[in-house]
Parts: sequence; structure tokens; C-alpha cells
Amino acid sequence: MNSENIITINGQPFPFTPGETILQVAQRNGVLIPTLCHLKGARPTGTCGICLVEVEGEKDLVESCAFPAEPGLAVDTDSSQVVQERRTILELLMVSGEHNCLFQDVGDDSWADFQTKATDLEEHQDICPAYGVCGLQALAIQYGAEIDPSQLRSAQYPVETVNPFIVRDFSRCILCGRCIKACNEIQVNNVIDFDSEDSPTKVVTDGDRALKDSDCVFCGECVQACPVGALVPKQDILDGHLPAEAKMIRTTCSYCGVGCQLYLHVRDNKVIKVTGDEETGPNYGSLCVKGRFGYDFINDPERLKTPLIRENGSFREASWDEALKLVGEKLALIKKDSGPDSIGVLTSARITNEENYVAQKFTRAVIGTNNIDHCARL
Amino acid sequence: MTNPIKDIEESDVILITGSNTTENHPVLSSYVKRAVSFKDAKLIVADPRKIPITRLATVWLRQHLGTDVLWINGMMHVIIKEELYDEEYVKSRTIGLDELKKAVENYTPEYVEEISGIPKEQLIEAARLYANAPAASILYAMGITQHITGTDNVKSLANLSMLCGNVGIPGGGVNPLRGQNNVQGACDMGGLPNVYTGYQQTGDLAVRTRMEKAWGVERLPENPGLTVTEMMEEGHEGRFKALYIIGENPMLSDPNLNHAKQTFEKLDFLVVQDIFLTETAKIADVVLPSASFAEKEGTFTNTERKVQRVRKAVAPPGEAREDWEIICDLADRMGYSMNFKNAQTIMEEIAQVTPSYCGINYSRLQEDGIHWPCTGTDHPGTPCLHMDQFTCGLGVFHAIDYIPPSELPDDEYPLYLTTGRILFQYHTGTMTMKSEGLNELAPECFVEVSSLDAEEYKIEEGDLLKVISRRGEIEAKAKISEKAVKGTIFLPFHYAEAAANKLTIGALDPVAKIPEYKVCAVRLEKR
Ligand code: SF4
Ligand code: SF4
Repeated sequence: MNSENIITINGQPFPFTPGETILQVAQRNGVLIPTLCHLKGARPTGTCGICLVEVEGEKDLVESCAFPAEPGLAVDTDSSQVVQERRTILELLMVSGEHNCLFQDVGDDSWADFQTKATDLEEHQDICPAYGVCGLQALAIQYGAEIDPSQLRSAQYPVETVNPFIVRDFSRCILCGRCIKACNEIQVNNVIDFDSEDSPTKVVTDGDRALKDSDCVFCGECVQACPVGALVPKQDILDGHLPAEAKMIRTTCSYCGVGCQLYLHVRDNKVIKVTGDEETGPNYGSLCVKGRFGYDFINDPERLKTPLIRENGSFREASWDEALKLVGEKLALIKKDSGPDSIGVLTSARITNEENYVAQKFTRAVIGTNNIDHCARL
Repeated sequence: MTNPIKDIEESDVILITGSNTTENHPVLSSYVKRAVSFKDAKLIVADPRKIPITRLATVWLRQHLGTDVLWINGMMHVIIKEELYDEEYVKSRTIGLDELKKAVENYTPEYVEEISGIPKEQLIEAARLYANAPAASILYAMGITQHITGTDNVKSLANLSMLCGNVGIPGGGVNPLRGQNNVQGACDMGGLPNVYTGYQQTGDLAVRTRMEKAWGVERLPENPGLTVTEMMEEGHEGRFKALYIIGENPMLSDPNLNHAKQTFEKLDFLVVQDIFLTETAKIADVVLPSASFAEKEGTFTNTERKVQRVRKAVAPPGEAREDWEIICDLADRMGYSMNFKNAQTIMEEIAQVTPSYCGINYSRLQEDGIHWPCTGTDHPGTPCLHMDQFTCGLGVFHAIDYIPPSELPDDEYPLYLTTGRILFQYHTGTMTMKSEGLNELAPECFVEVSSLDAEEYKIEEGDLLKVISRRGEIEAKAKISEKAVKGTIFLPFHYAEAAANKLTIGALDPVAKIPEYKVCAVRLEKR
């Protein structure tokens, strides 16, 4: 690496690769620069203006997401001018739409207390569905944005709920454009865009139709990218829980062989939402409609709950002890009478490696046959 | 896959065949879409259906069903004739070029056009595009393997890739896309009749002796066992007595459902272990309830050979148990103790007996997965295979000849039928059809018909059609679609009430024993 390719951020030197922006260098090194519109993997848009920083020798503040790192650049990410400017932008954003989450009637300035109280409120389900995980809300609190309640806007658009998975509420949209980037540059589905390039007011599909009447494939990439409460999974709203209340467990998708890494959001022993893991491959946050929204089967009432034994043509419930005793005896008997090769095991492309291993070991070591296969060819 | 998924964005040319990538491997398809849209990669698609990804194709070859060897040989014919192949690579890393040259000599663009229907200019364009790319990747799926010539098709693709020096380089490779989450893992783990874990042959005495010692048994069976299709056949003949089916639903996925049903009825004993009462479970003698992926610890191995963790998020319903627990309990009762405390200890044993998984353990999988082969705990894993040489030394070209599909349309059954998946449903639907939302988007089976055929048979959108083959018939509504090509209809295979597999043919690929789901002959009748 060229030894001159170094910038200083808040007094500390960091090497960079030519072509990197200030934001990229900062993010790579764990220096936090807030942004609402930047989307990893997509080209910068600079729509939100939050990532402003002070650069020595520049008259105005610059947007770090677009400003290229250059040898010797000295950056201040938190100067008082930067903080003041960010606060102003946040205040404007808060009154640009229906962002009333900070105006519940709880005179508390402590975030934690406010949150506990807010979730106890009767109108819990009326709270913005992004409450507690909203990027705008978090920054507004962090920067102490002061908003005059009389300036608050109420809903300006009807909420779109006519598809099974995604609720679109443009009264809460901040026009950051992340969903557009997610749809067009990450998933490349090219379904949504701003209604106007110069002075956008809304994110629209071709002809401003509902998602279900557009080319949308319901991958939900846009929902995951939305930093506020404008795009939310329908289930979040139906459940009425706040997203921050769920526990998240990282695992692997159980549908196709891509093996996307995802988080199961769990509440009361129930999977209530799925999001992509943005840090690891192969998917880096992306999912498809099945992986993101096809989790109902886990908690389906028709799940088998006890062993069943056929008797006189119909099933009756049985204990594990009884069922496994029967299976063990039957298999042993058939093995004795007709030989191990008259028995076969079909293992599964759906179960884990460990389980497949145990299944073939059982077939070979216990039954004594190589009659084991799975149905992937079928 | 020989190459990791992220490599797709480094390809100069991507050839997709027999894969409706955007619907069946959506997230992987976005790598392709990004490569083409933002990185100047060129895309060649060979598929009879106008699948969505064809929109991005520079060249779209629309071959007749079952003529894959033909066009692949045709491309190689052009590449060899125009001397576009990678001479250096072929000389240093492969053998059998002369045989290959001889084999493809007759596959002139004119001949290929005559039988496959691909215009010769397009074939030549595709051949040049592919051969001239510094790095070209091939992606394929069931549309290549589910044919009587499935193995031939795969070998032909490997021929093409080696000929142009694309195996073992970043952005290249021959990459099968696995349909189900853990097909790769089920095979890796020895869920096959002729191999233990890591593809170690049961017929190899040294391997067998090692496994006998590791498992503490005196004699393990030597001869290869029966494949699932052979088990079904033997069962049908009454020579097969008992079947223990774990997490599969052959009553919907078998190529010849009527035959499958008879087979199951003839068995003395059928045990099915699953999360739902599937079509297959309904006819079992004993049903054992198991845990879903969200209710267990373990690993899956994805299509790029990456072993990744599965973690328990919720408790299983009622008394349902994890599959490995059930099997171990059963083994215990049959007099063999497996003694596994948890999934982690199973992985420890897998690593002990499997050279390619030897360096894999749970603590290493904490943050990110590992691509096998991983031959030691300090080995980083192998995202890209065959980098310096092929696993077995030199790459061998196989001379392969075109064989037509086992059933061709005739006067009585004048149309081709091909089957596949759709975006909003998955496999036999056991999981996806429990989602109201997915059902709303894809509620029922349909017959995809081209507008030309619709005209000829006087079919309107939504008409209830009977699709009839020599093996059975089903009913479904007509969907007139630009995806379909004249003379070929398409059916998704997810739906039990209109199971496409009642129609498909049981003819098998002689090596892989995969049924020819992708081609058979049918006729349409209006109800
Ligand atoms: S769900 Fe996917 S396809 Fe639909 S608008 Fe969002 S990103 Fe685009
Ligand atoms: S999220 Fe979609 S693409 Fe990813 S593994 Fe699951 S089914 Fe496959």
C-alpha cells in the first residue's frame, strides 16, 4: 500500500485504498459517522445529508458518503458545527412526515424510561411499527432534536396494505432512497423509483400502482433497507409488538441451496419475523420471499406433536416409548426374516448434516445395509 | 459449485442453463443481475422457456427440450474449429482433447439447428462469446440433470468449461445450483447407497475397515445399496419389505406417483418421520414427529460447499424431537448405542471420519461458515476447487453423443411437458403452503401455455384443462404466458391436487438414476 494513502479522522491516522470515500474508511475502522441514506453495496445518493463532516481546508461541510479519501485529508466527524448541522437536518426530517413517536405524553428525557413507558401505553399498537429500531428516531434523540409539536404532520397518504407481506406508509417516508437502491442495485428487480428525479415526493412503482400489481417479487429487500417506519412487514403490524422486543437468533435459511444467513426474531417461543444477516455471505442481508416471509409453517397448528400408530386403518396417538419400541421390534424382525437388504432408509436434503450422518450410520451399522438414499433426485 | 457464489460478480461471461435462477435461487440470481447490470458481464441463457433472466441475456438459445448435449457439443465444435480454446490450459491440465475433437466433429451449427431448433448464428455467437471471455462461469440446475442424459449433460458442460480454461479460476467454474437447502450436505454425509461421508466408497476395503473401527461394528456391508428409485422398483416387485423415510415426501415427488402408491401399499412396514402429516406420512404405519430447522442445532452445507450453522430459536411443538435424537433412541433400542450428547458431538465424529470435513468444528463456525474441503483445524477451507490441479490429477474430456429424450411427442400426445418450480412455492409445498401470504400469491396449480398453442387449441386464460400423458392425467387452469414456447407446456410440481408427477415418466439417467422430469409427451383437453 502507498504510505501516503492515509487520512486522519478525529486526529487518528487511517490508511485507505484509492477510490474509497471518507465514510467507507470510517466504517471499515469502526469510526461511527451516522447516515440514513447510505446503503452498503450501492452507489451513494447523498439524499439525507446526515453524514456531513468537517474537512480541513474545505469551506463547507462535506458529505462523507460521496467525498473521496485523499492523501493527507484531515476529517472531524463531530465538530460543533457538524453536530449543529445534523441536528437541524434531523429537526426538519422529523416534521417532514408523520413522525410523532417522540410526542407521547411522557415528560421523560431518559430514553430507557421513555421506551418502557411508551410500550405500556394503551395505544401501543398505534405507535409507529418501527418504534425502537428506527434510525431517525434514534438520531433525533441522540442529537437532541427539538421539535415544536404544533409543526407535527399527520398522515398525508393512505397506507397501502393490499399485499400479504409489505405495508407501505409514505406519510413516514423520509425519501432517503435506500429502498430504491435495495431494489435496483442490490436485488436488481427495478420495481420502484422516486416519482420525480429533481423534487421527489414519493417512492413509486411503474404507474404508481400497488406493489402487488407491479413486478415486485416480495423479496423484502426494501423493507429491510428502510430506516424508518415507511416500509414494514405486515406481520409486525398485525402482531402489534414492538420490533425491539424480540430476541434474535442467527441461523441458515431452510429453503433453497443458496443457504442465506438470517435472523429469526422470536417472541414467546414463536418466530415473528425474519431478517437477513448483513454481515455475512453468501447473502449479506438479502433474502427472497420464501426465506423472509415463508416462516408460518414453523408455528402451524397442523405440526405433528406426538407419534402416531396405525391401527385398524386409522391413526391413534402414541407415546415415544411405544412408537419406538414398535419400530425397533418390527425392523429387527424384518431384518431377521428377510435380511437387512430388504430394509431401506430415505434420509433428507432438508435435515442437518449431523442428522444425515446419524441416519446413514444407523442404516449401515444398525440395520446392516447400504440401502440409504435421499430424494434430491426426485 | 466449483466456485463460491460471490465469484459470479467476477465473471466476464455467465452461461445459465436449466436453471430458472430468479425464481429458484433468487438471492444467487441477484449476483448474476448485478454482474450484468453494473459490471459489464455478458449473459448467455440456454432455456426453452422465456424465464425472467432471459431479459438480461446477450444471447438466448431456445433449444428444444432434451437437446442439451447437442448445443453444447455444437458450441465446442465452433470453438475448436475457430481455434478459440485455451490451448495452454488444455495442454497442461487435461487429457482426451483428440477424442473430444472427434466426438464433436459432426455437430456443425447446421446439424445442431436442425434438431435443437437453435439458429446457427446464435450458436456461433454464444460459442465465441463464451470462448473469448477471460473468465466464464456456468450455472446449471435441475433443467440439466433431470433427463435420461443428465450425467451426459453435466459432463458436456464440464468439457466446455475445461476446453476454455475456466475450471479452477476465479469467476469461472461449473456450478450446479442445489434445489434444496441441504442436498449438498445429505450427499457429503453419506446419504447415498455407495459412499460414507466425504464420498468414501463403501466398496473400498481400507475405508470400510476404518469405519468399522470408528463405529465399533464387526462387519459393514460392502456392496452398494439401492437408490431411491431402485427401492421403489424392488418394493413394487414385493422384494423389499420396510422403508424408514425421514423428512421426504415421495408420494408427491416420485416421478411416477401411481406406481409409488402401489409400492408403499405393498411394503410390510413404513415409518415416516416428518414435521407434518404429508401425503407419504398419511399412508405410514408409524409416524414420528420431528423438529423443524428453527428448533434444532446443527449445520447445513450450501450449494457452494459452505458448511453453516443452524441454531435453535424456539422449542419444538408438543413432543416433537430432533431427528438425530429419534434415530439415536431407535438405535439404542435395537442394541447399538450411539452416545451423542448433542449435535456438536456428532460433528466431532464427522470430522474424525471425514477427511474433507476434518478441520470443521462448531467453534470455527461461530462467525461464518467454512467451504470444504477443509483438511485441518488451521486450514481456511476451499472456496474455489481445482485451483492448481484437478482433484484427480488431469481433467478428462469425455466424448459424448446426443441421445434424444425417452418420450417424444406423437399424434396422440402432441405436446412436450416440462416441470419445475415457481418463486412463491417450494418443493412439495409442505412448508410454503402453510403461509397464507405465499398461497395468496400462488394459490393453485396452472398449466403454462404459449399464446400460439392457446390459439391452436382454442384455450382462454383460466380455462380448466385436462393434461393427459400415458401415465395419468391432472386438471389445472390455463395460464397463457410469454414464458412458454410453442409446442411445450409447463407445470409447477408443488401442488398435491394436481401433481405434475402423475404425468411424468419414470425413465432414469443410467448413472445418476435421476428421472426425466423435464421432458415427456402429453395432450391437452378442455373440460
Ligand atoms: S419487495 Fe423486493 S422487488 Fe418488491 S419493491 Fe421491495 S425490493 Fe423491490
Ligand atoms: S432466502 Fe431465498 S435465496 Fe436465500 S436460501 Fe432462502 S430460499 Fe434460498
